Amino acid sequence: MHELGIVFHVIDAVKEVAAENDAKHVNSVTVEIGEVSLVIPSYFEDCWKWAVSKHEIMTDCQIKIDILPAVTYCEDCQKTYATVEFGKKCPHCGSDKTYLLTGNEFNIKEIEVV
Amino acid sequence: MDKVRIIEVKQSVFENNDKKADALRNKLKEEKTFLLNLMSSPGAGKTTTLGQVIDRLKDKTRIGVMEADIDGDVDAVAIAEKGVKSIQLHTGGMCHLDAAMTEQGLNELGTADVDFAILENVGNLVCPAEFDTGAVKNIMILSVPEGHDKPLKYPLIFTVCDALIINKMDVIDFFDFDMDKVKEYAYMRNPNLKIFPICAKTGEGVDAVCDWLLNQVNEWNK
Repeated sequence: MHELGIVFHVIDAVKEVAAENDAKHVNSVTVEIGEVSLVIPSYFEDCWKWAVSKHEIMTDCQIKIDILPAVTYCEDCQKTYATVEFGKKCPHCGSDKTYLLTGNEFNIKEIEVV
Repeated sequence: MDKVRIIEVKQSVFENNDKKADALRNKLKEEKTFLLNLMSSPGAGKTTTLGQVIDRLKDKTRIGVMEADIDGDVDAVAIAEKGVKSIQLHTGGMCHLDAAMTEQGLNELGTADVDFAILENVGNLVCPAEFDTGAVKNIMILSVPEGHDKPLKYPLIFTVCDALIINKMDVIDFFDFDMDKVKEYAYMRNPNLKIFPICAKTGEGVDAVCDWLLNQVNEWNK
C-alpha cells in the first residue's frame, strides 16, 4: 500500500514541526499533490484517517489536499503543455524530447495547530 | 482556549527520505560497502538471478543480502543456502523500502565484513522507484512474459535504474516480446541504461551482469 507509506512520512514530518513549535494538537494538515505523483487522493485520505488515530497529538486531524497541475516542457520547440492530456509527445511539434516541469510533487504546505 | 495557529511547512515529503538516503550513501562510502538495490515485479526472477550472481561472485567479493518482503522468509533461506550472509526484512504491509528502513536492515546485517550488500526490494514496479533507498546503484529485472511495453507503463522505475536485466530469454519464442521495442522504449526513458538479456535458470548471460557489478563494487570501494 503505497499511500500508507507516504502517510507515515507525512505524520513523522508533521509531528517534528509541531514539536518545534510547541503545539499541543494538530487540527489539520494541508498537502500539495502533483497530478502525476502516483498518489491517489482518495486512498491517501482513507489511510490518513486510520493512521492519525494512532497519534495522540493528531487525533481527528483533518487532511486538506491541493492538486498541483502537471506541466511538461518540450526541448525542441521550447513550449509547455498539459501532461495528463498529451503525455510524453509534444502536441505543438510532435517531438518526444520532453520532460516534466511540475506535477510529481508531494509537499506538506501548512499545518493548523493549537 | 488556546489560539489556533497556521504554521507554514513547505516541505517535500520525499525530501526527508532523500536526505537520509544521501547520508546513508556517504556512510557506505566511508565503510567501503557497495549497496545495490534490486527491483522487479513479483516473479520476474530476482532471487534466482541473485543465486546465479552469488555463485559467480562469492569468491571474489564478500556478499551480504537483505531480502525485503511483506511476509515470509523463503527468499532469505534460499540465499543463505548459497553460502552468503542473508537476512529477511518484513515491511509490515508496505510496498517499498525507504532509506531509514534500509539503514536498519544494514545495521542488522552488519556491513563490517561485507563489500557488496544487495537489497532485494519488494516485488513492485511502482513504489520502490519513488523512494531512494540510499543504494549506490539501482538495477531492475524485467522478464519476457511481462511484455516489452513495460517502460511505457511504468516509466519512473526505468528512469531511476542504472541497469536493466531482461530475464527468461529462454522462453522468448513463446511470447510476443519484441527485443528492439523494449530497448527503444527503455532508452526513451533513460538513454544511459545498460541492458543485459539473460536466462537466470540456465545462467546464460549472467557473466556479463557479474562483470558489470564487480566493476561497480570495486570502483566504489577503491
